[in-house]
Amino acid sequence: MSLPEVPLLKLENIGKDYFGNRVLADVSFTLNQGEILGLVGENGAGKSTLMNILFGMPVIANTGGYEGTFFFDGNKVEFKSPFDALDVGIGMVHQEFSLIPGFSAAENILLNREELNTSLLEQVFSSRVATLNRSAMNRRAEKAIQTLGVAIGVDTIVSEMPVGYKQFIEIAREIDRAKTRLLVLDEPTAVLTETEALILLDALRKLAESGIAIIFISHRLQEVIGLCDKLLVLRDGRIVKETAAKVGSLRLRDIAAWMVGRDVEDASVARRAVSGEREPALEVKNLWVDMPGETVRDVSFTVGRGEIFGIGGLAGQGKLGIPNGIMGLSPSGGSVNLFGKPIELNAPRNALDSKMAFVSEDRRGVGLLLEERIDWNITFTAMQVQSRFLKNAPVLGALLRLRDDAAIAEETQRYIEALEIKCTGPGQRAVELSGGNQQKVCLAKAFALKPDLLLICEPTRGIDVGAKELVLGTLRRYNEEYGTTILVTSSELEELRSVCDRVAIVEKGRIAGILPASRPAEEFGVLMMGEALEEDRPQEKAGDSRV
Amino acid sequence: MRKTVRKKRQAIHVFKKFVDMAGWPRIIIGIFLFSLFMAAPFVGVLISTSLSNTLERFGMNGVLVLAMVPMVQAGCGLNFGLPLGIISGLLGSTLSIELGARGIGGFAAAIALSVPIAVILGYGYGQLLNRVKGDEMMIATYVGFSSVAFMCIAWLLLPYRNPTMIWGYGGSGLRTTISVNGYWFHVLSDFWAIKFGHFLFPTGMFLFVALMCFLIWLFMKTKTGTAMTAVGSNPEFARASGVNVDRMRIVSVVLSTVLGAVGILVYEQSFGFIQLYMGPFYMALPAVASILLGGASVNKASIWNVLVGTFLFQGILTMTPSVINNVLQTDMSEVIRIIVSNGMILYALTRKVQVKR
Repeated sequence: MSLPEVPLLKLENIGKDYFGNRVLADVSFTLNQGEILGLVGENGAGKSTLMNILFGMPVIANTGGYEGTFFFDGNKVEFKSPFDALDVGIGMVHQEFSLIPGFSAAENILLNREELNTSLLEQVFSSRVATLNRSAMNRRAEKAIQTLGVAIGVDTIVSEMPVGYKQFIEIAREIDRAKTRLLVLDEPTAVLTETEALILLDALRKLAESGIAIIFISHRLQEVIGLCDKLLVLRDGRIVKETAAKVGSLRLRDIAAWMVGRDVEDASVARRAVSGEREPALEVKNLWVDMPGETVRDVSFTVGRGEIFGIGGLAGQGKLGIPNGIMGLSPSGGSVNLFGKPIELNAPRNALDSKMAFVSEDRRGVGLLLEERIDWNITFTAMQVQSRFLKNAPVLGALLRLRDDAAIAEETQRYIEALEIKCTGPGQRAVELSGGNQQKVCLAKAFALKPDLLLICEPTRGIDVGAKELVLGTLRRYNEEYGTTILVTSSELEELRSVCDRVAIVEKGRIAGILPASRPAEEFGVLMMGEALEEDRPQEKAGDSRV
Repeated sequence: MRKTVRKKRQAIHVFKKFVDMAGWPRIIIGIFLFSLFMAAPFVGVLISTSLSNTLERFGMNGVLVLAMVPMVQAGCGLNFGLPLGIISGLLGSTLSIELGARGIGGFAAAIALSVPIAVILGYGYGQLLNRVKGDEMMIATYVGFSSVAFMCIAWLLLPYRNPTMIWGYGGSGLRTTISVNGYWFHVLSDFWAIKFGHFLFPTGMFLFVALMCFLIWLFMKTKTGTAMTAVGSNPEFARASGVNVDRMRIVSVVLSTVLGAVGILVYEQSFGFIQLYMGPFYMALPAVASILLGGASVNKASIWNVLVGTFLFQGILTMTPSVINNVLQTDMSEVIRIIVSNGMILYALTRKVQVKR
């Protein structure tokens, strides 16, 4: 490995905000030829944004560009589009496959860089009419695939391959580019089996030896430590740790702690001691939920009456599936009991009739009637489920029940004042509100049901810091005043620890452990990282953290 | 000085608010319609006749346009399957004539006979639309077309006996045009009608349209009506609130179909004829265009949209041919009517994405 004086990639004070919401700040680092950089961080830490900036994705320019500069090979560069990035030699393998399903492996690898036959037609017109030199293409594709150390037939149609193979094809395509000098891999091993992952890591090492620099993004910390020369931990858009990665010198627990953050520790945590003697409010047994991207496989837990119970974990592990399944919004099975009464699944009406209320993580898609008035949004569910906000028609009496618009506006006004919803009045349309205020409307909708059990997903997603505090404060207050049992699902661990009594961490559709919120953040981090850390987890914890 | 400036500002503010509320398309078409009325006397068209023609057409079409509202509100799109409701109405009206019911009773009998048919047909139509969510309007169009084609056979085969309705030769099968004269011609239009000179105001028909609008307005204020609006606005939200989305959609389709049936009866009693066979074929488009002109969108419509849209559409449709005919001194009214109505449909459909309330 040679180290030239000029680093291949150098970032200086890169920053980015989306409409006032800062996602990256002051990110600087360098990367040399043949070096492998591991980039880790929680969901939303800014990894993807950083890579989007690096790759010149249009989404960055469309949202106001970025701050800072970066240098490639000593030259200052600013990419207008991904094509510019490709031209200088940056290759990227995305999390989602960008392959053509009906094409063969070779065709996909060499797409737009095909080997052509020379012919008369081509001389007369242009290369666009030339025919493909299939055998040369296959040879090139085979070479690229062999570099990776796997055996995939070049004629295999992509749609007929197992997912792991598709990932290899993606990488082979980037390798085939003669110019590629920096390869960015976004969670390449997420879909691979263990052996496949090992093969891939070997291949990456070989690539690095040949002088290609690699940025490796992964949630599997074991792999990162094993593969990378350098480790970069990103949290809340900032680099919190930059260190050399060597097996033995780094502990997974430390990395996990850096990722979830330690400095906020214990300040806002542990409101109350967990009391084991609470009578059970919600009992979930062997719940499975078929929610796209958030599959729940087998989950059992019990929430005590008046408890605030948190569900955390990384995106896609299934934490959102749990409340959606309990509410009957996604197909599910298993048994759910509320105060000893079984709840029929797959029927939202049943859940609502049992005095459950739900605040969806998909605020704009499920949570709100965007085109309707705020007061409709808040009172609609209560009207439909509990027949409130209705009055008798003037002449017909109880035969015809009409909407009581005055009562609706009055109730809404109460919530507008209590939750400090910034709006022009109950008649304003929900779409015109800011994210934080929309979230408050969603909360008000749930409160208006006067629920015994409140299920809240991602209470602070996409809202600013001030609104966050208010929303969380409201939850806490509501819990204390009415003794409502609350189930909060969030990808922000600190948030869960600050508001909940106990927190369950979901990993791969199963509960990895339930801990009191007062436990140190790193223990939660360890649970989130899942089985890769199994051997690293202290033995004495295993007992009480398992359900 | 300062006062006048402030007044001016206030006036501009009021004007802006008005434009915001009404929307430019309606203002422009309204001004155009107004100028046609202004120009009419100069080319020898009587304002009183034109105005009463416009009002009559407004009354005739009002309920048909109203038939768009429930389906739009429930998110089933514009009711291009209106011919299905019209066919129910046609069955009801021919049956009432077959029974020999006359006068207001005959009209009531026609309604009483068509509504159950409309409910049954609408239920099936709703079931179908629930299976093709997202493509409702395309499917609805073909439901309308194919039902018309099917009824073309049925009109010939149904065993009607009343000699005023069946073909003179052969003695079987219904005629293409059947007069309601002597049965319930103008039973609504002539009720409390106000007449001076060439001007005639069909009070009864207007009252009936108003009653229908009131009933729909009332329905929209009930729990079910509110749920229906929510389903149209965001079906996922409605589902998460425990509303049976498919049932709401079926209710809306049934309502729309029933309104279509009642609407064609109002139309017939004023027009004087029942038009069978290909008659209902193109009835959906003018109604769709009217409600879009009135400012409705594909998933939001109000009674107000119905009234404004119907008046503007029928007004233009009445006035343009007569004024232009007189200017050109030839009879081109039918050609112009086709150009104008289809042009307005085209215009309205391109504007449909805009939500205006």
